[in-house]
Amino acid sequence: MTVVDPAKPNMSVTAVQIGKVRGGPPLSKVLRRDRWWIQPALIVTGLTLFAIYATWAAFRNGHYYAGSLGRDYLSPFYSPCLAHICSTKGGYSGWGPILGSWWAISPALLILIFPLGFRMTCYYYRKSYYRSFWLSPPACAVPDAGSAKPNGRRKRYTGETRFPLLIQNIHRYFWYAAVAFAGILTWDAIAAFRFGNSIGMGLGTLIFVINAALIWAYTLGCHSCRHLCGGGTNRLSEHASRYWIWKNIASKLNEKHQLFAWLSLVWIAFTDFYIYMLTSGIIHHDPRFF
Amino acid sequence: MSTETATVAGQRTLKMRLWRGDESGGDFATYEIPAQEGEVVLDVVHRIQAEEAPDLAVRWNCKAGKCGSCSAEINGRPALMCMTRMSTLNIDEPITVSPMRGFPIIRDLVTDVSFNYAVARRIPAFQPPKLAEGEVFRMQQVDVDRSQEFRKCIECFLCQNVCHVIRDHEDNKESFAGPRFFARLAELEMHPLDTLDRRRLSSEQFGLGLCNITKCCTEVCPEGIHITDNAIIPLKERVVDARFDPVAWLGRKITGKPDPTPAAVAASFAPETLEQQQAARALGKVGSHPQTSGA
Repeated sequence: MTVVDPAKPNMSVTAVQIGKVRGGPPLSKVLRRDRWWIQPALIVTGLTLFAIYATWAAFRNGHYYAGSLGRDYLSPFYSPCLAHICSTKGGYSGWGPILGSWWAISPALLILIFPLGFRMTCYYYRKSYYRSFWLSPPACAVPDAGSAKPNGRRKRYTGETRFPLLIQNIHRYFWYAAVAFAGILTWDAIAAFRFGNSIGMGLGTLIFVINAALIWAYTLGCHSCRHLCGGGTNRLSEHASRYWIWKNIASKLNEKHQLFAWLSLVWIAFTDFYIYMLTSGIIHHDPRFF
Repeated sequence: MSTETATVAGQRTLKMRLWRGDESGGDFATYEIPAQEGEVVLDVVHRIQAEEAPDLAVRWNCKAGKCGSCSAEINGRPALMCMTRMSTLNIDEPITVSPMRGFPIIRDLVTDVSFNYAVARRIPAFQPPKLAEGEVFRMQQVDVDRSQEFRKCIECFLCQNVCHVIRDHEDNKESFAGPRFFARLAELEMHPLDTLDRRRLSSEQFGLGLCNITKCCTEVCPEGIHITDNAIIPLKERVVDARFDPVAWLGRKITGKPDPTPAAVAASFAPETLEQQQAARALGKVGSHPQTSGA
């Protein structure tokens, strides 16, 4: 980095000095006394468990639609309805089948690309996996993995400036897709009120409604959403509606982005698992409220 | 723990481990001193200085969390000594106070933070629009709310100290401005009257892409500024507009707005003050700096 030297304003520059002796013990010695490792350990555990569950659920390719039980419940992992299972057996009130009956691979593998991409490029998840899996850094004032080893200095740190991490910059495009998926899951929640030819509400309906609400709370609190709906303008006063949305929806939800990231993640897996339990006979009854 | 500590503080002895040394080396020195009610770490350090170690170097000024001078690492956590109450620490164990380990040592608890001043000088100053005769600047409060959050910065440089991009990878100091100055860049970039497009500068000259948003800057900020969520990420999103988003590019083509190329930005920069002229010379490096290609 070059800098302007105020003592010699005529085109002189001074370089930032690096390599000087620093105070305190070497950075490799962690002075923190608190249990700083708990947070990364919890995140590794949580994300790994979700990855295992999601992989199993995505390859399951069955037990994802409760039409045969008189319920219009479609697992969010398999929504929108792409395959014939969810369109023929119970008369799913959504789309489908988009893919013909010749399609043999789990449709979840096509669907999950979008929510997975949205969460992988999400600013909150980036923070969590850079800290927990990359250990870069594992916690504040704790050295990056390998950075302080005397004999094994890690390769130069380049952050998100190079491929593949440069791709993180497409987060907003995954957000566009996420809005569409939030709409689809909302439709599924509405469809979950359909009980044959009547309207009702079961435990599954409640689970679907909570699922859609959490997905919206996570999606509308996204940092890219916050930018696109108003944060990108310098004169918010000239855009009353954008300012209102930016201030009262996007920024408010953004403050709880981490919370909704986890709640929506856990709940979407639970929703899928509920459908699996219901359709595979692990539980035999979906309680109906009315 | 804190209640019990406060209750019996008068009868307890504090074991303080303070870093003593300079660029030739150093080590922790242990001082035992009676605990007193209602103290902050800086009070204890001052008592040690007054009673046991008159040659102890410690930088401080206001003792009220507003000057940003007494930054240190207390039990390994970057914090202001004057804002860390002893009652929040476990005094059953020795309390460690080291200088900020991200900066060169001067002596004992005092570090050389001149890196930050060098970066600050490189940031092009506020560039207001040219006014017609009799015209005045007018701004709405809602338009400057965001910038005003960043004006709360007291320049303690705890965020610069904790940022792993330069703390653990010092070679990045040549191309990375650090969180405090991303907040400054965001403050100017969001300012309703600033006319300079700072988006490519933030990315290409000041290394915004090196930040991996792990939020340590926000965690240690004694002023509670949401550096990551309100400054760095919005700035990253603006950089996406300027550099990576094909739809934004198409929008500029349709509406006839100029692309924020380095040349276009430099051309729009008409410095009038000496400070602006100095910054403009730095700006002239846009596109030719060796660090720009990968940023």
